[in-house]
Amino acid sequence: MNILLRLFTSSLGKKFLMAITGAGLLLFVIGHLVGNLQIFLGPESINRYGHFLQTTPEILWPSRIGLLAFVIIHIWTSISLTLENRAARATGYEVKELVAASTASRTMIWSGLVIFAFVCFHLAHYTLLVVYPEFRDLQDAQGRHDIYRMMVFGFSNRWVSGFYVLSIGLLCIHLSHGTSAMFQSLGLKNTLYAGVIDRLAKVMAILIFLGYISIPVAVLAGVVK
Amino acid sequence: MNVKLRVWRQKDPQTAGRFVGYEAKNINPNMSFLEMLDVVNEDLTKRNEEPIAFDHDCREGICGMCSCVINGEPHGPEYKVATCQTYMRSFHDGETITVEPFRAKAFPPIKDLVVDRSAFDRVIQAGGFVSVSTGSAPDGNAILVPKTDADLAMDAAACIGCGACVAACKNASAMLFVAAKVSHLNLLPQGKPEKDRRVLAMVAQMDEEGFGACTVTGSCEAVCPKGISLNFIAKMNRDYFGAMLKSAR
Amino acid sequence: MKLDARIPSGPLPQKWDKHKASIKLVNPSNKRKYEIIVVGTGLAGASAAASLAELGYSVKSFCIQDSPRRAHSVAAQGGINAAKNYQNDGDSVFRLFYDTIKGGDFRSREANVHRLAEVSVNIIDQCVAQGVPFAREYGGSLANRSFGGAQVSRTFYARGQTGQQLLLGAYQALMRQAGLGQIKLFPRSEMLELVVVNGHAKGIVVRDMVTGKVSSHSADAVVLATGGYCNAYYLSTYGRGSNATAIWRAYKKGATFANPCFTQIHPTCIPVTGDYQSKLTLMSESLRNDGRVWVPKQKGDKRPPGEIPESERDYYLERKYPSYGNLAPRDISSRAAKQVCDEGRGVGESGLGVYLDFADAIQRLGIDKIRERYGNLFDMYHEITHEDAYHSPMRIFPAMHYAMGGLWVDYNLMSNLPGLFVIGEANFSDHGANRLGASALMQGLADGYFVLPYTIGDYLASQKPGSRPKADASEFKLAEQETNERIQKLLSIRGQKTVTDFHKELGRILWTHCGMARSEKSLKEALTLIPALRDEFWKNVNVPGNGEDLNQSLERAGRVADYLELAELLVYDALIRDESCGCHFREEHQTEDGECQRNDEQYAYVAAWEFTGVGNTPTLNKEPLVYEEVHLAQRSYK
Ligand SMILES: Cc1cc2nc3c(=O)[nH]c(=O)nc-3n(C[C@H](O)[C@H](O)[C@H](O)COP(=O)(O)OP(=O)(O)OC[C@H]3O[C@@H](n4cnc5c(N)ncnc54)[C@H](O)[C@@H]3O)c2cc1C
Ligand code: HEM
Ligand code: HEM
Ligand code: SF4
Ligand code: F3S
Ligand code: FES
Repeated sequence: MNILLRLFTSSLGKKFLMAITGAGLLLFVIGHLVGNLQIFLGPESINRYGHFLQTTPEILWPSRIGLLAFVIIHIWTSISLTLENRAARATGYEVKELVAASTASRTMIWSGLVIFAFVCFHLAHYTLLVVYPEFRDLQDAQGRHDIYRMMVFGFSNRWVSGFYVLSIGLLCIHLSHGTSAMFQSLGLKNTLYAGVIDRLAKVMAILIFLGYISIPVAVLAGVVK
Repeated sequence: MNVKLRVWRQKDPQTAGRFVGYEAKNINPNMSFLEMLDVVNEDLTKRNEEPIAFDHDCREGICGMCSCVINGEPHGPEYKVATCQTYMRSFHDGETITVEPFRAKAFPPIKDLVVDRSAFDRVIQAGGFVSVSTGSAPDGNAILVPKTDADLAMDAAACIGCGACVAACKNASAMLFVAAKVSHLNLLPQGKPEKDRRVLAMVAQMDEEGFGACTVTGSCEAVCPKGISLNFIAKMNRDYFGAMLKSAR
Repeated sequence: MKLDARIPSGPLPQKWDKHKASIKLVNPSNKRKYEIIVVGTGLAGASAAASLAELGYSVKSFCIQDSPRRAHSVAAQGGINAAKNYQNDGDSVFRLFYDTIKGGDFRSREANVHRLAEVSVNIIDQCVAQGVPFAREYGGSLANRSFGGAQVSRTFYARGQTGQQLLLGAYQALMRQAGLGQIKLFPRSEMLELVVVNGHAKGIVVRDMVTGKVSSHSADAVVLATGGYCNAYYLSTYGRGSNATAIWRAYKKGATFANPCFTQIHPTCIPVTGDYQSKLTLMSESLRNDGRVWVPKQKGDKRPPGEIPESERDYYLERKYPSYGNLAPRDISSRAAKQVCDEGRGVGESGLGVYLDFADAIQRLGIDKIRERYGNLFDMYHEITHEDAYHSPMRIFPAMHYAMGGLWVDYNLMSNLPGLFVIGEANFSDHGANRLGASALMQGLADGYFVLPYTIGDYLASQKPGSRPKADASEFKLAEQETNERIQKLLSIRGQKTVTDFHKELGRILWTHCGMARSEKSLKEALTLIPALRDEFWKNVNVPGNGEDLNQSLERAGRVADYLELAELLVYDALIRDESCGCHFREEHQTEDGECQRNDEQYAYVAAWEFTGVGNTPTLNKEPLVYEEVHLAQRSYK
C-alpha cells in the first residue's frame, strides 16, 4: 500500500511513474520505427508484419491496453507535476535568466501535448481509418490490409507529411531531454556515466527523427511508390 | 564606476512590493556586491530613508545567508560563488542591475530582499541527521571509510543551505539541496542504518513544504555556490526508489 | 566579591573524573520538568542544546540567523585538535594540555585545560558518528595535519570547511531533537536582556527580528553560547552579525567579565584593500604548513615578488624561530608581521602585508597536491583579490579574529550568577592570553557535548522542578520595559551620523590604540576617545525605520551601543594588566628580541570585572591562577 501511495502522491514517485512510462513509450517508439522501416523492404514485408499483428490478438490487445495505460499515466503525471511546479513559483522574476536550462527541458509539457495531439490524429489516420475511410478498402494480392499503399497514399499529401515531420521533430526534442532525464529520475546516473548518457540520448533522438521522417520524405521524393 | 540599481522593495509580507531605482556612484570594482549595497544603504540612511534589507552574515561564502537574485541569476553572474563573493568587477560601468529576492512559494517574503527559508530546516528535521546521542559513539577509527566515499560525502556536505538552487529552478524545486543532504549521510557507513527512512522522510517533507519537482533542467547546479552536482539528485532518486520498494508495510 | 572557581581537588589528571563522580544528578523522570534556555547555535550552543535535549531536558534554542546552521562557527576552516595520537608521533592528553597552556602564555586555568584535552578524543568520535566527513587516508582511517603552536599532527579537518562540517553535525543533532519536540527553535531572535530573579539567572528578553515583538522567556537555567566580541574592532574575521550584546547584558546584570583585553589577531588574513571594506577574510592557518612567509630585505622594495632574488628575501619567521618556523603561534607571527611592516618592508599597495609563498611547496609536491590541500583557499583568495596564488605569492596581514576573554565561569562553566552558564567563545576559560589554532572548535564542542550536560545538573538538582518563575513575573516585565525604552531611544535620536560611522570610528580607535601592540599612552588616549564617541553616539546617531518590523539598522545600533561600552572595559583591562602576555603585548614589557615579557609575580591571575555603571570604573576581582602541574616558563618557539 505504501508503495502505491508513494508512487502516486510523492513528487519522486510521480517522477518514477513518468520515467517508467516514458521508457515504455520510448521502447514502443523504437519498435514501431523498426516495424515501419520495413516499408523500404517492399509491400510484402510490411503487409505481412501488419497482418501478423492484426491477426494475433494475444499480442495486439495486451500491448494496446498497456500502451494506453502508459500514455494515461504519463500524461496524468506530467500534467499533475507541471501544475505543482507552477504553483511552487507563485511569483515570477522580473528578469528571467534561465541559467543552463535547455529549451527542450523547459518545454517538455508543450512538446508532449503536441505529440499527444499528433498521436490522436495518427490513430484516426492509420488505425481507426476515419480520416480517409477509403484506406479500409486497400487490400494487397493476398487479401491483407495493404499498409504499404496506405502509407504511400497517406504521405502523398504534403500537409499530412508536414505535420508528421513537425510532430516527430517535437517528439525527438522531447526525447533528447526525456531520455537522459529518465536515467536521472530512475537514479541510473553517476559522475562516470552522466555525460555519456546525455550524449547518447541526443544521438538516439536524432536517429529516431531521421528514421521516422525518412518514410514521408521517401514517399514525397518518390523513392517509395 | 557607477551603476544603476533596480531593487525590489517590499515593506512586509502583507504589503505588495515594487522595484525602486537607485544609483550607486563611485563604486570601487574591488568592492563586493554587498559592500556596494552597504554604500547605497549608508546614503539612504543619511537621507533618512529606510535602507534596503538583505540577508548576510559571514561574507565569505560559507554561511549561506546571503540571497539575492542579481539580473535574474541567484548569487549573480559568477560561477560557484555566493552573492557576498560577487565583486563589482563582474559588472560594467553604467550598467543597470536588477536585484530581486529569492522567489518560491516555500520561501515566503519577509522584507525587501529577505525571505524565510525555514522550510530547509524542517526538511532536515524530518531526517537529515544520524540518530546518535552524545556519548554513544565508537572510536573514530573503528569504522574505516574509504577515502573515495568520504570525499564524495564531503562534496555533498559542502552545501551551504542557501536556497539558490530553489531560486534558480523553474519549478522552485529543492531537489539539489535535499539530494546533497541525503547523499552526504547515505554515502557514509555511519548514515547507512537510517538510509531508507531518511530519504523517504526528507522527500515527504520537501513535498509538504510546497517545493516543485525536478524536470532535470540543471539551473540549480549552475548557480550553486558550492557546485553541488546533479548526480546527487540521481543518487537520491536511486535511494528513494530502493527505500520505496522496501517500504511495503 | 568572592570568585570561587570550584576546581576539584586531587591530582590534575583525575580531577574531571572525580568531579563527574561527585556532582549532583537530576532524576531522569524530573528532567523534562526543567526548562533550559540556550542562546546561540554555534558549535557550543548547538551541541549543548542537542545533548541536553537528549538527556530529556526541555530546551529552547535562540539564534539571530534565519537558521541555526548559519552561526559563525560555520566559517572555521582549518580544523579541530584532539589528542588521539593516531599518527603515532608522540601526542598525548598531557601534551595537548601542555601545548594549550603554553600557547596561552600561562594565563589559563590548568584544570579546565586538562579537561579539555581529555574530552578532545571523545569529540572526534562523536563527530565521526554523526557523519562529519573528515579527511581520510586511502586506507580509510582519519587523516591529520599539523597546525600552529604544536609539533605533532593532531588536527582533524574536513577540507577547508571543518567548522561548517562540525556545525552541521551539531545542527543535525539539534534538528533531530527539534523534530522530536524536545527543543523549541527561535531563529531570527535576538536576546536583548538577561533576567535575574533573586540573584539567579532565570530567563531572557528577546526581540523577534521579523515582527519586532519583544517577549520574555523564563527557564530554570540560561546558557549563553553567543560567541566572541571582536566585532567591536569593526573589521574582523567574524560574521557581520556576531555581537557581544548577550554577554554584555549579562555583565550589566551582574556577571563578571574576565580578561576582556585578551583578543587575538590572526596572522594569515587577506590585507585590507579600501575604506569600504566590511570584513576581513581569513585564510586558514593550515596554509602555513606549506607556505613560507617572507618580505624583501630591502626597505621599500617595490619590485614584483618574482623579481626579488632569494638572497634578497627575508624569511623572517624561519630566521627568528628556527624550530617552529612558519608554524610559530599566532600572536608571535602576527607581531612579527607588524614589525616588518613597521620597518617599511611590508608589501602590497598599502605596505601592510607580507608574502606567503607556495613556490617551494609546489615544486616539492606538485601543483595538484597543493590544489587538493588548499584548493578552496586559493580559490577564495582569487575571488577576493583577483590574483593567482599558484603563480605568485599570496599577500597576507594580521586581523582581529578571536576573543579569549569573555564572561567568567567556574569549573562547572557557571558564571558568578547562579543559573547562568557560559560556553564556547563567549566564556573566558581555556585559552589564556592566546589561543592555539584548531582549539576553539575543540573547546566549543567540549563545552557543549561533554562538560555542560554534566555540570548543569549540579545546579539544577538544587532547584526544585517547576519552581522557575513565570514569564510574566515583575522582573520580566521590568526587563521588557527597559528593552523597549532602549529601542525607542535609539529610534528617536535621528541624528546626523549612521551606525556604521560610529562603528568604524570605534574600530579605528581600538585597532590603533589597543591592537597588536599597546602602551600606557595609547590606552589612556583610547580611554578618553571612547567615552566621547559614546556620548556622541547617543546624541547624534540616525536609526531609520521603526521597531515594528525587520530593521537591520536598529539591530546594529543596539550592538554598537554595547560595543561602545565594552570597548572601554577592554581598554581598561589592557591598561591595568601592566605586563605582556600572549596576544596582549604591552610595548613597555618586552624581552630583548621583542617577545612578551610576562610578570607572573603580579599578573598570574584572571581579571574578572564587575559592572558598576556605565562610565564608572568597574571593580576588579582577581582569581589567582595556581599551577600544580606545569612550571611557568618563558615561552620559546625558537
Ligand atoms: C574565520 C574564522 C575561522 C576560524 N577557524 C578556526 C579553526 O580552524 N579552528 C578552530 O578551532 N577555531 C577556529 N575559529 C574560531 C571558532 O570558529 C570560534 O571560536 C567558535 O566557532 C565559536 O563558536 P561559538 O559556538 O562559541 O559561537 P558562534 O559560532 O559565534 O555562535 C554564536 C551564536 O550565538 C548567536 N547569538 C549571538 N548573539 C546573540 C544574541 N544577542 N541573541 C541571540 N543569539 C545570539 C548567533 O546566532 C550564533 O548562533 C575560527 C573563527 C573564525 C571567525
Ligand atoms: C510517444 C510518446 C512519448 C514518449 C516516448 C515520451 C517519453 C518521455 C520520457 C522518456 C520522459 C522522461 C521521463 C523523466 O523525466 O524521467 C518524458 C517526460 C515527460 N513527458 Fe513524455 N513522452 C511521450 C509523450 C508525452 C506526452 C503525450 C506528454 C504530454 C502530455 C508528455 C509530457 C512529458 C512531460 C511533461 C515530461 C516531463 C519532463 C521531465 O520531467 O523532465 N510526454 N517523456
Ligand atoms: C512516419 C511515421 C509513422 C508511420 C509511417 C506510422 C505508421 C503507422 C501505421 C501504419 C499504423 C497502423 C498499424 C496498424 O493498424 O496495423 C500505426 C499505428 C500506430 N502508430 Fe504509427 N506511424 C508513424 C509514427 C508514429 C509515431 C511517431 C508514433 C508515436 C508517438 C506512432 C504511434 C502509433 C500508435 C500508438 C499506433 C497504434 C498502434 C495500435 O494499433 O495499437 N506512430 N502507425
Ligand atoms: S545545493 Fe547549492 S544552491 Fe542549493 S542550498 Fe546547497 S549550496 Fe545552495
Ligand atoms: S533546476 Fe530544477 S528542474 Fe531539477 S535539475 Fe535543478 S531541480
Ligand atoms: S554572507 Fe555568508 S554566504 Fe554570503
